[in-house]
Amino acid sequence: MSAALVVLVAVLFSTGTYLVMHRSLTRIALGVGLLGNGVNVLIVTAGSRPGEPPIVGRDGTPTDSVPQALVLTAIVIGFALVAFLLALAWRNWTLDGNDMVEDDVEDRRVARSSDDSTRSALGIPHHEDVET
Amino acid sequence: MNVVLALPLVAPLMGAALSIIVRRRAVQRWVSFTALTASLGAAIVVVVRVVVDDEILVSRLGGWPSAVAITLVADRLAALMLGVAVLVLCIVLAFAIGQRASDERSAFYHPTYLVLAAGIAQAFLAGDLFNLFVAFELLLMASYVLLTLEGTEAQIRAGTTYVVLNVLESMVLLTAVGLVFAAAGTVSMAELPARLAELPDSVRMGLHLLLLVAFGMKAAVFPLFFWLPDAYPTAPSSVTAVFAGLLTKVGVYALLRTETLLFPDSSSTLLLVVAGTTMVIGVLGAISHVEMKRILSFHIVSQIGYMVMGIAIGGEAALAATVFYLLHHIPVKSSLFLVQGIVERETGTSAFDRVGGLARRSGILAAMFLVPALSLAGLPPFSGFLAKFALVRAGLDAGAYVIVAVALLASLLTLVSMTKIWTGVFWGEVMPSPAPGRIGVLRHHRLMTTAALVMIGATAVIAALAGPLYAYATDAAAQLVDPALYVKAVLES
Repeated sequence: MSAALVVLVAVLFSTGTYLVMHRSLTRIALGVGLLGNGVNVLIVTAGSRPGEPPIVGRDGTPTDSVPQALVLTAIVIGFALVAFLLALAWRNWTLDGNDMVEDDVEDRRVARSSDDSTRSALGIPHHEDVET
Repeated sequence: MNVVLALPLVAPLMGAALSIIVRRRAVQRWVSFTALTASLGAAIVVVVRVVVDDEILVSRLGGWPSAVAITLVADRLAALMLGVAVLVLCIVLAFAIGQRASDERSAFYHPTYLVLAAGIAQAFLAGDLFNLFVAFELLLMASYVLLTLEGTEAQIRAGTTYVVLNVLESMVLLTAVGLVFAAAGTVSMAELPARLAELPDSVRMGLHLLLLVAFGMKAAVFPLFFWLPDAYPTAPSSVTAVFAGLLTKVGVYALLRTETLLFPDSSSTLLLVVAGTTMVIGVLGAISHVEMKRILSFHIVSQIGYMVMGIAIGGEAALAATVFYLLHHIPVKSSLFLVQGIVERETGTSAFDRVGGLARRSGILAAMFLVPALSLAGLPPFSGFLAKFALVRAGLDAGAYVIVAVALLASLLTLVSMTKIWTGVFWGEVMPSPAPGRIGVLRHHRLMTTAALVMIGATAVIAALAGPLYAYATDAAAQLVDPALYVKAVLES
């Protein structure tokens, strides 16, 4: 197993995780792309030693072909996921001019009403809700 | 090679390819029904063969050797889930056509629906972890499209949460598959039990937890369920009915496989805690809402807790109860969403402050809600009572008294929230006032009503045939507690 590839996996995972934490869909899509590539490199690393040919018929021992097949499938799926996320971001942008992930409307209502009842139970005056 | 095993996933995929070329709706409907009927026929053959020959069916696509082939496996559990799933998909498709919602009119609805059907079938039949991952991606991708097909602002907002969280879940699952391959050198579910048993405990635990997180998120268990009650209510009822009935159950099925086949001897205290909190938090969420679809969505979460409880207790009795619970829950949950769909189609909404008195307009519609609702809460003589009774008895036999108490409490709260829907939607003043001469509801929605009635009839059949079906579930559990049977069947085929 190559140390460089392991470090690469770590870097891809950490940057991907960082980007996914954001509320902007474009960044999330980028993060998912990085995470997906991280996993793909991980599978390739897991399957073989670096430098060995993945096919039979050349010098040296051929590596296990199963991880190659897995990664090919995973790359296609990852591509589709990122494409769909970008399409969602675009649709979101055409609808309300940004691509932010928003909170659930109904959740906000429930949170507000429970907040209100706590306030009235404790005798704290209500304050204007900025968000609405 | 068993062709019947491949058919439930090949037929819908062929249908999807065909109907995306032919864009005429009448042809698309015809293609969808043909493909799903073919699936259903194959699924019935699979169930019959599994029961009559008492064997585990194995098929390697293309006849490749075991290590590289895509293996499809059907034991009793997989065959049962496949049969129920395809049946529900057929009924809901009829409902969707009757609903005449805008999404069914889209040229992409039918192809996507068929891809969803293929993904669900493949998930139940998958014989290796990577194949399971691909099946999840198929059904998730289709669900993303179905959820956001209309592209309205609410759908995009809720869809975003759903898509992002499920994409992350896919990444966790893929990482888990990659690490399993790195550690064990295979992803075949038949070879994994032996290979995983040789690994150090710490590595096994790491892999186990990763798989639990991935499948737990799909099944919507307690700390990982937040995407579900937010996203499901924004989709049309026909779509939600499929999602509610089948998608989370695919997660439960994967959990069941992980716990019984891959890590059979692991401690399950974590799962017991997860099961208890899922039941209670889910049902409390349901009580806090005032809209029928939202309450029903939270109930999905709560009900998952019962199935996880059976998995966590383990042993033949509890697993048999879980299998029966799965069987009962899928049609019951779907039929509740179908009834909600009829309510929404008639009144334009199902929020309690804008709808009421429907029982006065149509007693049959009220009864159609009441039967699955009471079944969900676990009242006799419905199927839910039998499922919960079996689960509670298995729990008491295993000495898991705390979780049994929690389960009974959650049942009571389920009944409370069902009463809330009943008083909100079916009792009270008639709201909104119907158009003149339109008191009866059902005769205006014949196809929807028929589909919903067939689904409710299926739940009644489950209650009536509980004896033989429970015997089947017990046999399925016997196969689950002895992974050697599965391994032997796949390796020797």
